[in-house]
Amino acid sequence: MRGIIAAGTHIPHYRLDRTEVAAFFGKGGGRGQRSVASYDEDTTTMGVAAARRALASTDLEPQELWFATASPAYLEKTNATAVHAALQLGPEVGALDFGGALRSGAGALRTALTAGVSTLVAAADQRGGLATSADEAAGGDGAAAVLIGDDTDGPVIAEYLGAGVATEEFLERWRLPGGDRSRAWEERFGEVTYGPLMSQAWERALAATSLSADDIDKLIVTGTHGRAVARNAKRLGVRDEAMIDDLSGSVGNTGTAHPLLVLSSALEQASPGETIAVMTLADGVEVIVLRTTDAISAVSPAMSTAGQIASGTTVSYGKFLSWRGMVSVEPPNRPLPNRPSASAAHRRDDWKFGFVGSRDRSSGMIHLPPARVSEKGGAVDDMEPVPMADTVGTVVSFTIDKLVYSPSPPVVFAVVDFDGGGRAPLELADCGPDEIEVGMRVLPTFRRLFTADEIHNYFWKVAPVRGVR
Amino acid sequence: MGSHGIKDQVAIIGMGCTPFTEHWDKSLDDLIIDAAQLTYASAGIHQDDIDAFWFGTSQSAASGLAMGGPLKIHGKPITRVENYCTTGSEAMRAAAYAVASGAYDVVMALGAEKVKDGGYQGLNAFPIPTDGTQRTLTAAGMFSLILPAYAKKYGVDEDEIRYSVATIAEKNHFNGARNPLAQFRRETSAEQICQMAAVAGRLSVFDCAGVADGAAAVIMCRAEDAHKYTDNALYVKALSFVAGTGAGSLDPDYDYTTLPECKWSADDAYAQAGVTSPRDEIAVAEVHDCFTPTELVLMEDLGFSDPGQAWRDVLDGAFRLDGRLPVNSDGGLKAFGHPVGASGLRMLYEIWLQLRGEAPEERRIADHGRKLGLVHNLGGYPGEMVSFVGIYGTELG
Repeated sequence: MRGIIAAGTHIPHYRLDRTEVAAFFGKGGGRGQRSVASYDEDTTTMGVAAARRALASTDLEPQELWFATASPAYLEKTNATAVHAALQLGPEVGALDFGGALRSGAGALRTALTAGVSTLVAAADQRGGLATSADEAAGGDGAAAVLIGDDTDGPVIAEYLGAGVATEEFLERWRLPGGDRSRAWEERFGEVTYGPLMSQAWERALAATSLSADDIDKLIVTGTHGRAVARNAKRLGVRDEAMIDDLSGSVGNTGTAHPLLVLSSALEQASPGETIAVMTLADGVEVIVLRTTDAISAVSPAMSTAGQIASGTTVSYGKFLSWRGMVSVEPPNRPLPNRPSASAAHRRDDWKFGFVGSRDRSSGMIHLPPARVSEKGGAVDDMEPVPMADTVGTVVSFTIDKLVYSPSPPVVFAVVDFDGGGRAPLELADCGPDEIEVGMRVLPTFRRLFTADEIHNYFWKVAPVRGVR
Repeated sequence: MGSHGIKDQVAIIGMGCTPFTEHWDKSLDDLIIDAAQLTYASAGIHQDDIDAFWFGTSQSAASGLAMGGPLKIHGKPITRVENYCTTGSEAMRAAAYAVASGAYDVVMALGAEKVKDGGYQGLNAFPIPTDGTQRTLTAAGMFSLILPAYAKKYGVDEDEIRYSVATIAEKNHFNGARNPLAQFRRETSAEQICQMAAVAGRLSVFDCAGVADGAAAVIMCRAEDAHKYTDNALYVKALSFVAGTGAGSLDPDYDYTTLPECKWSADDAYAQAGVTSPRDEIAVAEVHDCFTPTELVLMEDLGFSDPGQAWRDVLDGAFRLDGRLPVNSDGGLKAFGHPVGASGLRMLYEIWLQLRGEAPEERRIADHGRKLGLVHNLGGYPGEMVSFVGIYGTELG
């Protein structure tokens, strides 16, 4: 049996209330909320967050890591290698980007399901457009990761039954490399063009799985063309109650990540024996069909998608625009940070990307960053690596620094003592200056500190522990 | 093995200090020349009479050439020294040891910093290529961690601690108002400071040292030769220096209410000088008040207050000009600003004036019969710093 072994999602902590757009500009926006990546998040960091959640419930180390996004942090340089490093996967594990097109997330998922090796498929996107645009309101930021394998790799929670594909070349939505917004042809064209493609892919999927539309317990249809999704999905013949909320009201459409995100969310709420179909509209149509197994009952994520949606904090439209680089806000009058050194960073990949410290074997003292000589006892080169990324810590002292450079001042900063030993002074993520307090429980989170000289400086911050753990 | 010090082996025979201010009209070269000329005049000697030079600057220049060029020092050794904010003190320490070793007869240490050409407010670190994981907080942010930690440890109300450190700034502004060399010469009240907007933790801009350009210098010789130059020399009683390991950022046992490197260097200096009760033997102290909480905990680490009592002693006026142990009688970093390479020698300049009775009357300390002055100078942050303590006296023995 092949299928999904684990899944995880990352929905950024911040939300934009869509009514704020019209309140500011007199037009645009809409109802509900969309998720907003914080200023220190990008598709790579969100991919790391989702992948960590997916791997939290399994001991399986995948043989491949595939990362899909239409908003890559780098071109030419593989972004999946940063995810790979943050997850501390072995060097024999492949890491590939599926980049550029919105279809690459659903395509990577289907390809992994039909491939012969265990594969972690992570997809992330940051969606938006010009101020007041429909894309700005309908888009969302987020990531999802799905671990695919055989039952010999670990318990399969959703068995892969089959797929259906329809491909056609037509210009419905596009963006030039480096462009600040997507363009779309008039709406009716997409609606009528997607209709037949949806039917074709659907029929192929049902034929491949020997199922009828009636057999489908849950149907997920996602795509950036809202009308094509809404109008045509009704014609697929599934029961009304099988239609799954696509999270467009609470999260927005997270592009490349969205089919994986809604699927992962659905799996968190699924019972054994449910047949789930996922249809993705993007330059044609992708359909996969899965059936949950008894192992689904054991799924109990530390932070569910619903929990993440419920625990968000709204951000003002002004801050949203500044985080997106659409409004320039006066920075503190301090020098810009220097670019990190590639060679210096490479020597400390495990620390910088994996948050791995060292523990002195004689004194037991944990050193963050890792050290060669022990602070206690002075033992030399007698340290073992100690991964800290999943260790909860406590804020023992903090400050708010309004003078220092930050992409979004002020800096909220804390001295953190980790459970079981180890201290590090770290920046807070997803935490306003009024929220922090001594005693707050925090977890490491992989973030982009800043970008200097076209180099993204990734490292770890800590974020408040929220929701059930 | 041991730290023996060089008590009574080296004499200070001349000092000079430029005004500390925003010297828009003076270059680093100008500051070096001005401080050197003031110091030569103070010692009554010529540049050619000096055998070796130490030049302290943190970020304004890179080698001894930066001093030899403007002063046209021919054929002499000039060593550039850098050790964070203790740079000036370290230049002095190296020069003193060179005399004590017998290598040279007469030496000069000069510290200078041209901060205001940088184009940004505050001091800014020299860029060194790194892996990008280093903390990016300002020094104000790091030192602001002291207040909540101190309040919690000693069960003192945070508002009360905040007011207490504001009175430190009030005191240092009061003293600076009586010093023509100081950058800030206006008095201000603790109440006004408490009402100002916070920039880091609960600290306002007035809890931070100013930013100024400046230079200061000292000339030294063997103690037995001091009479050739002056009847009024100061003698080096102790020079102590400790560099930490950054343990405070690693070790959960560190609680941000003390600066261990400062305590260690003070204990070592007292041992070198034979001081057993600093409160009774030190007449005046210049300490590194880069931020008001720094001076607060230094009072305890230097042994001027009992642990947990400094905030109360501060409120009681113990360290005012008319208090039991005047601290930063010249106005400190608070009123002088902090041209990094010069600050340590500026502190020593005030000890030079006060112990020899040359400080202007309006800020002259009372004569309690004590003959020792102390300089404390630090660089870095709570939990990871370098610390210098020097003790100087008017009499041998």
